[in-house]
Amino acid sequence: MTVVRISNDSLALACGADEVAAAFDAAGCTVERVSSWGMHWLEPLAEIDGQGFGPLQPQDVAAVLSGQSAKAIGPIEQHPFIARQQRRTFVRAGKTRPLSLEDYAATGGWEGLRRARDIGSEAIVTEVTTSGLRGRGGAGFPTGIKWQTVARAQAAQKYIVCNADEGDSGTFADRMVMEGDPFLLIEGMAIAGLAVEAMRGYIYIRSEYPHAIATMEAAIRASADIVAPFVLEVRVGAGAYVCGEETSLLNSIEGKRGEVRAKPPLPALEGLFGKPTVVNNVLTLAAVPWLLAHGGAAYAEVGFSRSRGTMPIQIAGNVKHGGLFETGFGVTLGDLVDDIGGGTASGRPVRAVQVGGPLGAYHPPSDFHLPFDYEAFAAADGLIGHAGITVFDDSVDMSRQARFAMSFCAAESCGKCTPCRIGSTRGVELIDRISERKGRAPDRIETLPQMHNAPKVERTLGDEIALLEDLCETMKFGSLCALGGFTPYPVLSALHRFPEDFGITPVVEPAE
Amino acid sequence: MAEDGATRAKHMKPSLEQIIAEHAHREGPLLPILHDVQASFGHVSDDAIRSIAHALNLSRAEVHGVVSFYHDFIQTPDPRPSLKLCRAEACQARGVEALAATITVPDGVRIETVYCLGLCSVGPNAMAHGKLHARLDAAKLAALMEMLA
Repeated sequence: MTVVRISNDSLALACGADEVAAAFDAAGCTVERVSSWGMHWLEPLAEIDGQGFGPLQPQDVAAVLSGQSAKAIGPIEQHPFIARQQRRTFVRAGKTRPLSLEDYAATGGWEGLRRARDIGSEAIVTEVTTSGLRGRGGAGFPTGIKWQTVARAQAAQKYIVCNADEGDSGTFADRMVMEGDPFLLIEGMAIAGLAVEAMRGYIYIRSEYPHAIATMEAAIRASADIVAPFVLEVRVGAGAYVCGEETSLLNSIEGKRGEVRAKPPLPALEGLFGKPTVVNNVLTLAAVPWLLAHGGAAYAEVGFSRSRGTMPIQIAGNVKHGGLFETGFGVTLGDLVDDIGGGTASGRPVRAVQVGGPLGAYHPPSDFHLPFDYEAFAAADGLIGHAGITVFDDSVDMSRQARFAMSFCAAESCGKCTPCRIGSTRGVELIDRISERKGRAPDRIETLPQMHNAPKVERTLGDEIALLEDLCETMKFGSLCALGGFTPYPVLSALHRFPEDFGITPVVEPAE
Repeated sequence: MAEDGATRAKHMKPSLEQIIAEHAHREGPLLPILHDVQASFGHVSDDAIRSIAHALNLSRAEVHGVVSFYHDFIQTPDPRPSLKLCRAEACQARGVEALAATITVPDGVRIETVYCLGLCSVGPNAMAHGKLHARLDAAKLAALMEMLA
């Protein structure tokens, strides 16, 4: 009997994988539901004896089974998109059934946890430090140092919290780990628990990910005995983007408004319920089993400069070959967009690429030489964030994107700090005025004699742009967290790199 | 605790008291309670806020503050079926704004904006009745509207 492997990842389901699976089933095949290879333009992708077919619709099934399908892509493992990757976190992607303990153990699962139990707390932290692993959520903080801080803290209760509130547009790697390889995340958290001597872990998943929630809950039940005495629980978010910020996430688990906390105290010392807490992103924790099993030094062999190891890069937006591409740091942005991503899906020229989600900068193609590396992007006034890349073609209006960044910040601000809460709304108003290409006359209040500092003459377009830059400066340095603090990245990059969309010619671009 | 989903499935519509009793012993019980109340009753009423506050020894203001903070909780019921349309950057890059302009929303249906369903390489995307839909075009979106109406 023919065995057909089709993903049950929610992206494949959204593209109609269930219908295709039912058609294979009706044709007498045995259908195995596996994780996704990450070649999203080919979903629903069917695999028969290593050969791939996609993107399929139910009516394609007969041709596939008779060997006549025009949608055959050859051996999946040798597909250039897969063959060029260095998969460590996503080593099982496309190959195993997500909730099969048998598949997980047969593919090296629990090896990291076994070794962690053998070597003990201090040696685990040393391995993680040696690996050079940095927080994959965006901040890039060295994981080993964070773990060491929690390990040294004295407390009766400590927590491991996994940040799975993947709200950034253009990112989906956390979702793919949770839906495709849930035991990997559980193993990573159990190792973190051993490292810092925490007995309890929470996975905070956004409510927009119902499939990931269901898969993680089932996986936690299935593996409870394996990770015991470590106990895990899923907590579901409630539609607040800002809860992806670690202190806001902790407040949310505690049952409070998802407001950001001022730091210090660091969550490592006073985190969940005031106890020492490791807060790590899904991808950080999911990288841990591999580096424990193979050694921190082996993990650090790959990478670029101070960014060690691999990064699961998410290629999204208007791109021909979108999907998950895991590779060592150092690959250039141009390679990712043009070569691996195949350029835009619309066939029009690429105009801008937003790297790092809604709080990341927009880069023009003149930045395509940039290597994927925390420091290189920071030096170019950008960030790699959670490694999502959103491609836009030349139909994009960058002043609209800048406005969206401000309005998104206004909608999602937790309200705790003024620059973010009020600055974002003022930013929307400012960009609206700039888009109308007109200045602003003083209003009634501003003309009152008491308002000494208010300008009494009309503000020109140039004044308004200077004001927007000033506002961004205030938000960047005055906000408590990355939401208000990083919203200036998309706004200022749009303004400075695409000034023509704001009615200014590049020559009169204001000095920075 | 891990039995939540199963427990919910057994009693389709648990009472407020049952929901509170099920979660009250947990660390940080408020969000799980509010999720279940929202799922069972379609909104979190003032009465529910009063009972939850009493059970958890919180002030009503504290519970109200939490309910009003999160987009997922609403305080007045809206029985209309909704289409959650993603309008974040990746879907914008794939033309969701032009697509949204073509929609005629039938009576009795509402469109909610969500920021990201995590299918950013195959947008525009939407969720209806818990089911995800990708690669939307005007025809597919119109069919979804029809289905919801």
